[in-house]
Amino acid sequence: MGKAAFDEMNGFGGEHRAAYRQLQAWLEDTPVELLEQRRLEAEALFRRFGITFAVYGQKDAEERLIPFDLIPRVLTASEWKILEDGLTQRVQAINALIIDLYGKGEILKAGIVPEELIFANEAFRPEMIGVEVPGGVPVPIAGIDIVRVDAEKFYVLEDNARTPSGVSYMLDNREATHLLFPDLMARSKVRPVERYPDELLAVLESLAPRSASSEPTIAVLTPGSYNSAFYEHSFLADKLGVELVEGRDLFVRDDVVYMRTTQGPKRVDVIYRRVDDDFLDPLAFRPDSMLGVPGLFSSYRAGNVTLANAVGTGIADDKAIYSYMPEIVKFYTGEEPMLHNVPTYRCREEEALKYVLDHLPELVVKEVHGSGGYGMLVGPASTKKQIAEFEKKLKSDPDNFIAQPTLALSTCPAFVDGEIAPRHVDLRPFVLTGSKGTRIVPGGLTRVAMKAGSLVVNSSQGGGTKDTWVVED
Amino acid sequence: MHLKLRHSTRYTYDTPVRGIIQMLRLTPRPHDAQHILHWRIDVDQDATLKPSEDSFGNIVHTFWAEGPLESLTITVEGEVQTENTNGVVQGTPERLPLGLFLRETRLTTPNDAIHKFAGKTAGSKPTLDALHALMEAVHKRMKFDIGVTSVATTAAEAFKAKHGVCQDFAHIFIAAARSAGIPARYVSGYLREDGGREQYEAGHGWAEAWVPDLGWVGFDPANNCCPTDAYIRVACGLDYLDAGPVRGVRTGIATEQLDVEIQVTQGSNQ
Amino acid sequence: MMLASTANDLFWMARYVERAESIARTLSAAGRISAIPQVSGEETNEWSSALAAAAQLNAFMETGREPTEKEVFDYLAFDESNPSSIKSCLTQARHNARSVRPALTTETWEAINTAYLDFRKYEKAGHSLRAHQEFLRWVLDVSLRVSGTAFRNMLRDERYWFSRLGFYIERADNTARIMDVKYHVLLPEHSEVGGSLDYYQWSSILRSVSALTAYHWVYRQALKPWLIADLLILREEMPRSLASCYQNITTFLDEMARAYGKQGPAQRAARTTHSRLRNTRTEDVFQKGLHEFLTEFLADNNKLGAVIAEQYNLA
Repeated sequence: MGKAAFDEMNGFGGEHRAAYRQLQAWLEDTPVELLEQRRLEAEALFRRFGITFAVYGQKDAEERLIPFDLIPRVLTASEWKILEDGLTQRVQAINALIIDLYGKGEILKAGIVPEELIFANEAFRPEMIGVEVPGGVPVPIAGIDIVRVDAEKFYVLEDNARTPSGVSYMLDNREATHLLFPDLMARSKVRPVERYPDELLAVLESLAPRSASSEPTIAVLTPGSYNSAFYEHSFLADKLGVELVEGRDLFVRDDVVYMRTTQGPKRVDVIYRRVDDDFLDPLAFRPDSMLGVPGLFSSYRAGNVTLANAVGTGIADDKAIYSYMPEIVKFYTGEEPMLHNVPTYRCREEEALKYVLDHLPELVVKEVHGSGGYGMLVGPASTKKQIAEFEKKLKSDPDNFIAQPTLALSTCPAFVDGEIAPRHVDLRPFVLTGSKGTRIVPGGLTRVAMKAGSLVVNSSQGGGTKDTWVVED
Repeated sequence: MHLKLRHSTRYTYDTPVRGIIQMLRLTPRPHDAQHILHWRIDVDQDATLKPSEDSFGNIVHTFWAEGPLESLTITVEGEVQTENTNGVVQGTPERLPLGLFLRETRLTTPNDAIHKFAGKTAGSKPTLDALHALMEAVHKRMKFDIGVTSVATTAAEAFKAKHGVCQDFAHIFIAAARSAGIPARYVSGYLREDGGREQYEAGHGWAEAWVPDLGWVGFDPANNCCPTDAYIRVACGLDYLDAGPVRGVRTGIATEQLDVEIQVTQGSNQ
Repeated sequence: MMLASTANDLFWMARYVERAESIARTLSAAGRISAIPQVSGEETNEWSSALAAAAQLNAFMETGREPTEKEVFDYLAFDESNPSSIKSCLTQARHNARSVRPALTTETWEAINTAYLDFRKYEKAGHSLRAHQEFLRWVLDVSLRVSGTAFRNMLRDERYWFSRLGFYIERADNTARIMDVKYHVLLPEHSEVGGSLDYYQWSSILRSVSALTAYHWVYRQALKPWLIADLLILREEMPRSLASCYQNITTFLDEMARAYGKQGPAQRAARTTHSRLRNTRTEDVFQKGLHEFLTEFLADNNKLGAVIAEQYNLA
């Protein structure tokens, strides 16, 4: 792919970066046969626990494992500090943006984000206009995708304010490393991530509606066991010690949400929902939804139940909105953004479109509402034919696309096909915001492209995951 | 005009249902040309109607009824005093940004055919003329037919089929207006037709579009006219789903039979 | 307090695992008796009986297949279109378990999940007698592991009680059904005829509910049909007997009533059936008619499941 990528262990070549010193020594001492054996053990472990996900549209592959790469990814405490501060700032801005867009609309009046980008957007929910978000924090759980290209610079690649997933892998991967390499863990002084469920529970409790009792009842709402992320939903309910419910377990009476229990109805105050807006309530959104709870939104409007995340937060995930994030951060926090945005060409703008069409082979082009790595063009990795086909799509509906320069994502050592080789990675830290502020457990989900040279890390497209360490400098 | 309305909706279930939740948009708000003299909704089952307001400013009543229920009747009775303003609607609570009414919804997404139709019909005409032209063209193209389309029929589907009910006419008009860059919305309500008919099987649906200097103006493509004082305007939204009179869910396995009776009469005291 | 759907999933998970075990035992017993040389004049088809015991005879016949060993084994063990095949039962049990994973112990979940993952191996093993036997032994093992992990590790609270209720209601259903399919060979007049095939039929019934050894311990005499009925219906010390199942069912329902501070129709229904079993003598059963007795029991047992579902909002 032309220019060499920054490797988090070896820099741009020959260097031995301090963060990886321990790990590197350990890798040198560990025979690949042992690694292979551990890899098989890990796979058996994950399968036995049922840590699987379903892939949409692939029937025979009903439950697949996400490849777990044995070799941890390492960040130093000082690198983490940069991320922590930057993420806190960004998520504060995202929360302010959501409240503003459904409230006074000041950012629109100030002309910073064009109105039509918001109002025409499917992720924007007119039903939310004027609704006071119960709990006051629309995005208590955010997952911000981060990439780096050298030792200093971190870029935000994507904001996930709707329902970021993957946190179960962060915790399971750590658990797996503990089980597989206890000695390595013992000497590496890795900051723990295990308190994530406690932090999440505290955040959810802090956002309970005013009418809730002092010990609010919390539930995790899942679309059901056929959903691709069901494992995570069940995992979280378990770790939080709360009920895992489906729509049919809940009902609404007089604007209060109840769950059906063996002893009759029990009021529910906070719902950590993993069901999309569209399907939440057939009376407010899609009338054909079988997954939702009729009347839920009415109860929400009445302030009797907190939804985490709030309805309509997906607007912040839009990639066209993303391109305005530096201005958005400045507008709400009054500060310069600490994390960088990848320069983004909005194809809806004539000049940008012209540039993009002229430079397709160098660019990554993405659908503005897309996710999961679908519907995108990675110019440098595409054939002429693919590029020509994409050009047609782009020309017919430019509003639907943005383009970015192809970043040379950093690589980390990975154990693939019996050898250790560099693979591109990204990072999704999970940012929790409650009534008492923002918390981030040190680490996150590192996704890794298992194919050499590939930049696509999405699990739906064969990407794997790694344990992510934050160690003292 | 002094209009009296009586609207009863009766659901009968072949096996008793366990519970019902419904949201009713059956209560009009006053505006400059519509004065509410009296209005009342009743449900014949043990249930409290809880009033609230949605984002569009519509008055919504939600109720929950516990089963077993064999039937359910909702009765609306009201009297309004209306004036003819040739469709111009003023004095409604407008809390949403105009730009929102350019938004496509699932029921009103224009396909290529509607885009073309909108482009050809509206051309570069001034807004009001463009809207009248669209209304006329929709009316001309579409045949009014009951029972061919359903509440889930999209504008594009009805446009292709060339027939439908007032709601399909309105959806096509809205899709085309938005395609031409004109903010538009769906309105539900009642109509007393010319000729003195008093009994109706369904409420009425039409559209409103935004005209600079005039504000929101009603267009009824099913009747090819702008609403007059024979119309009672009840609720509005981006499409039928936002503004339709009833949305509800029942629990239990039952087949329902629906009987709707609407009576719109002219008061004698005016 | 627990989610009603969780209770429902736990109830059915236990039922499905127990059903899988019961089918495995029935198949095993059928295999054994069909290996016995036929006595002249006696026409029986053990494989049809196995289908009947699993309440699948009509459904199987509708497929137009012949009730041969291979076909029946395939249908009862591996056929996904048969909702009561061992495969369907284990798949369904795993689906229930997955939906309520946090309510299970890790060991129970792993026992069910591993069974589901390992199933494929046996499906491909072919139709040798040996492969069949190995598969059936494995199913019994799975069931044992699931029950064992639950018995050893689960908190004794509503989670446990609901899963045990499912387990015992299913078990009672299976025992009654197995007897009912062969009630004619248990009738007293039959014992006078006493052909050797009868003997195998009797031992086959006992094997189906793993009670052959128990019989000898309890009665210390040769197989007698009325004693078999006595053992499987009325003896509380026999774990698969109807009386034992109902002793357990009333115990767990009483625990639940205590925990919730509320008695209901389920407690009353279970107690009625239990005391009827206690106050009945073998003679009474035969006087009433074994088939009639069992038919009535099956209906009551079935009804109890519905009453529990109603009382605890499971449905």
